[in-house]
Amino acid sequence: MTIQFNDETFRGDFTFRNSEWAIKRFPFPFHEDSYMYSVNMEPHTSYRPGSVFERTFDVDEHYVSEMKDRAQVLADDPLRCQSLPHMTLAGWDLVELIMEAKAREYPDLFELHKNGNRWRWVNKPLGIDDTFTFLDESTLPYGPMEYITRQTQGDFALLDQRDDNLWMDAGMVTTQADWSLDFDIGMNFFEWHAPVPKAHEMGIFVRALKFLLNIQQGQPARRLNWTMTVNPLLDTSPENYHKWGEMKQDLTLENMGSKQHLRVELQTFFRLPRSNALVFPIRCYLISFGDLVTVPKWGRRLHRVIRDLPEELATYKGFIDNRPMMVEWLSQYDDGSPTSDGIWPDDD
Amino acid sequence: MSKTEFPPSIKSRPVYGELEPRAGSGHLMIADAEGAEAILGLAKSVDPGFWAKTHIIYIPKKTGTKYSSQLEQLGAGQYYCGPSYEAAQSRIRRALQNCHMGTQVYLTGTESLMGQAMHEAVTAGIPHTAIQTEHRGSTARRMQCVHCKGITEDVTTDPFECSHCGLSLFVRDHYSRRIAAFQGVRVDAEDPGNIPEKVELFK
Repeated sequence: MTIQFNDETFRGDFTFRNSEWAIKRFPFPFHEDSYMYSVNMEPHTSYRPGSVFERTFDVDEHYVSEMKDRAQVLADDPLRCQSLPHMTLAGWDLVELIMEAKAREYPDLFELHKNGNRWRWVNKPLGIDDTFTFLDESTLPYGPMEYITRQTQGDFALLDQRDDNLWMDAGMVTTQADWSLDFDIGMNFFEWHAPVPKAHEMGIFVRALKFLLNIQQGQPARRLNWTMTVNPLLDTSPENYHKWGEMKQDLTLENMGSKQHLRVELQTFFRLPRSNALVFPIRCYLISFGDLVTVPKWGRRLHRVIRDLPEELATYKGFIDNRPMMVEWLSQYDDGSPTSDGIWPDDD
Repeated sequence: MSKTEFPPSIKSRPVYGELEPRAGSGHLMIADAEGAEAILGLAKSVDPGFWAKTHIIYIPKKTGTKYSSQLEQLGAGQYYCGPSYEAAQSRIRRALQNCHMGTQVYLTGTESLMGQAMHEAVTAGIPHTAIQTEHRGSTARRMQCVHCKGITEDVTTDPFECSHCGLSLFVRDHYSRRIAAFQGVRVDAEDPGNIPEKVELFK
């Protein structure tokens, strides 16, 4: 199918909306009626045609507007995209990975024509037609990682692998759940996860790192993560927390359905061939509570998960103050009947 | 004041040790305030030839002359006493450039001094196995405001005011070695004007 791209905003008047199509394919993150951390990794293989798991890099109706929002974030704060000097090669690896995958999987939207190292890249939704020399930075308007991630939904962390650890040495981060690339750049896997409660003691990060260090070329992995956001704001950065934190106070039982959003990250992990770096795309999907409860199973389950979530997690995820009101609103959509296993709606 | 015992800490914060003299082609010591005590302690167990190949860079801060004359009397090949880290920074960079293979680096005193000097040393290519640290003195923190990016030195309270943009910030227990600072985040972001009482957490 050809995607109809929305003209919408993720700030100010917040005109972001999900179509029926986007609601049905939303990556609902809870496979059972409760939630606790786990290393929930699975192979990133094509799964369920039409779902966000079908393609290597999912493109949806929000693509063009998300890229406009990213350009605005970067204009306001250029430090959201940084790359330490030794990461340029990994940036080129990423250019190749994304261009090849998009041209292969979305031939009506993207084209890649190669003549040796002379490449022509056509991005129809964004109106881009560039010819450049692969591995020659002087032939692109930005560094390679910045160039391609200005054209790809989701945040990107490029992780260097050395000393049996992963180091966040480059990234494009404009749709983050309250973490700062500028602060975290150069940190290793344990350091940048330091503020996460409980998971260190549970051994989550030791096991996750072991898994990630062993990811092989051509065998990417994925997992889902989630949090809550008031208003469909992509840029929930610590840098701007003093501007968006206030919005949490605007939530009421009356506007809950339209204002409160479940924010889900589709995290994927790919080994890169020349640099041996890992690329870690973090793709953000937003859905309003009102849209979410149109899937009865999701409404019932979200109520139970939010109601029973350990207090530390609700605090860390930033909705402890609004939780009682969220639970009250969601309870209208929970009739107490059992839910089926897995994340998918029942009506398929 | 003896060496500081920190409570079990977050994963992004460095762990500090205890200085010991090591064999090396040269020795570069960078210290502030009570860090002088760690150097004077180490002085009790060094070989006679040690000080001739040693360069001491010392910033007394509030200790004034309490330790500076004792350090000077150690007879280091080079001794420098400066008014602030910023003033000493170009000298520190130059000294690190001059390091040869096998030079040992000793950092001691406040977390701010060790963090900044460690960053310079690693940037200069000194292997981490040749760098030792020992915390002495104040546990005041060096903070970066996540909003305006300005650094505020010697923070002892939580919350505190950013010395650049003036926002009241709480101290997030998250440390960047690259910036050599903890992260400060606006304390009243969700409820402007509701600023809790200051508590003295670090001395």
